[in-house]
Amino acid sequence: MIVTHALTKRFGHTVAVDSVDLTVAEGDRYGFLGPNGSGKTTMVRMLLGLVYATSGEIEVMGRPVPKRVSEVLPEVGALVEGPAAYPHLSGRRNLSLVDAAGRGGTGRTRKRRVGEALEQVGLGSIDSRPVKAYSLGMRQRLGIAGALLRKPRLLVLDEPTNGLDPQGIKEIRELLIALNEGGTTVFLSSHLLAEVEQLCTRVGVVDRGHLVLEDDMTSMRAPTGRVLVDTPDAAAAVALLNGQLEARDGERLVIRHDDPSGLNAMLVAGGVRVDAINAERRSLEQVVLEVTGSGSDRFDGRAP
Amino acid sequence: MIGVELRKLILRPRIWVSIGLLCLLPAIVGVFLATADFAPPPGQGGAFLSAVTSNGSLYPAAALALVLPIFLPLSVAVTAGDSIAGEASSGMLRYLLIRPVGRTRMLTAKFVALAVYVLFAVVLVVISSLIVGLILFGGGAEAVGGPGGVTSLSGASLSTSGLGLRLLGAVGYIVLSMLGFGAIGVFLSTVSDSALGAALGALAVLITSSVLETLDAASVVRPYLPTHYWLSWIDFFRDPVFWRDIDKGLLLQLGYIVVFFGAAWANFATKDVTS
Repeated sequence: MIVTHALTKRFGHTVAVDSVDLTVAEGDRYGFLGPNGSGKTTMVRMLLGLVYATSGEIEVMGRPVPKRVSEVLPEVGALVEGPAAYPHLSGRRNLSLVDAAGRGGTGRTRKRRVGEALEQVGLGSIDSRPVKAYSLGMRQRLGIAGALLRKPRLLVLDEPTNGLDPQGIKEIRELLIALNEGGTTVFLSSHLLAEVEQLCTRVGVVDRGHLVLEDDMTSMRAPTGRVLVDTPDAAAAVALLNGQLEARDGERLVIRHDDPSGLNAMLVAGGVRVDAINAERRSLEQVVLEVTGSGSDRFDGRAP
Repeated sequence: MIGVELRKLILRPRIWVSIGLLCLLPAIVGVFLATADFAPPPGQGGAFLSAVTSNGSLYPAAALALVLPIFLPLSVAVTAGDSIAGEASSGMLRYLLIRPVGRTRMLTAKFVALAVYVLFAVVLVVISSLIVGLILFGGGAEAVGGPGGVTSLSGASLSTSGLGLRLLGAVGYIVLSMLGFGAIGVFLSTVSDSALGAALGALAVLITSSVLETLDAASVVRPYLPTHYWLSWIDFFRDPVFWRDIDKGLLLQLGYIVVFFGAAWANFATKDVTS
């Protein structure tokens, strides 16, 4: 769906994106993670032909961008760096104006499509108040509706849940999963780990313009080969374990073991009561913090 | 895209306010002239003002002379400056471009919308001032000058149909003059992300041009100043029509349109849209 090769963008002396090789397959829910200022938005803008790359290649749906971007974009819905609208017009009017501005998406079906898109994001019964009277969450929903308007094959969403409350975040997540199951590829750029962790099947992590990690969520979060055990009989358990103990913190034991259920059977057979037992998995946060530095919105230490 | 631009123009309250103000200024002047009961002596005050008191049907020409130097270019500068920069600052530029709307197409649509706006504004000024003129000063028949009493600036009298044609020519000439100036505004609008900055830049060009116009030391560049032939539309009301300056003015404005629209296109088509 999206392939980039050695993609680089310089703004003056600043290198915003540095030789990124990105691969998004059809049907992915791809999470594009990175600290603030790491080049996520520049990357998204390049994929959509808004910003021109300094060097490197981009292919979206098999066509080179920006050379043939006009063939690609009709099948792409996007939210870039927050929603936008003409403040003095209603949400409905905004959507139909933008829809009428380009080719594809005929006027006959416009009213119905606008209605459907608003319905999908939970603004189905919105009145005709101007967008300037919308709350932040409503604007965000309107922006997502705009991306969905022409039933795109690829959704490129930059921070789609910004400004939404927990209920709204859940709704949008469920909507994106449903769309993805219907065949839409979702490319989501975010700095919110929890959002990506709950939604995405594949993750790319960018740091200071470099793509430092790209992997499937399942393999990234594969068991580490250790088991966490909570037990009131910690001392007895330690005696039973034959050097497999890695760490002990009061009642919590970290044991090197591949098979939590086998371990549990062994402990219980040895008379050890077990409160909780679980295979250890790394959280996305641990993985990401391991491969990234602090964001570029921090300026401490000595000035260069 | 052109249709969408026109719809956005119509839906915009600011546009209507600006056109309303453009029509209001001649009306105010007309009321003062009518109540004061004496005309400015010929050769003083705005063009045609001394003639209108005797015949209201010449008032549209006087109204154009009133709004042309500052008011009309001001509204053109604001609208042209807003064209691309306004979309950029509202964030809609990126959404229109990924809709997708081609950059050349968008720029063309913006320019066409600007032309429609100028034409519409000028025509409304003419119509409103014609009404105001006829109400306040009466038509040719009742006027002191007798039947068909519209007098050209050269002294000979003009027929009503002749006056209509001349007015049409003047309107066309003024619209083109404004578009030459508007092209500068559109270009600046592609450079800056601030609509206000672009509008002020265009006004700075206008003021500089007006200052150089009066400076004898700058006489070398004078024929190329954007404002130099602006007032030549008055020549449509001479008998016979005095074409020399009109032709030069048309050529100059076309030159400005080509150069600055070209520059706007070259800049916008290759620009990184980061707004």
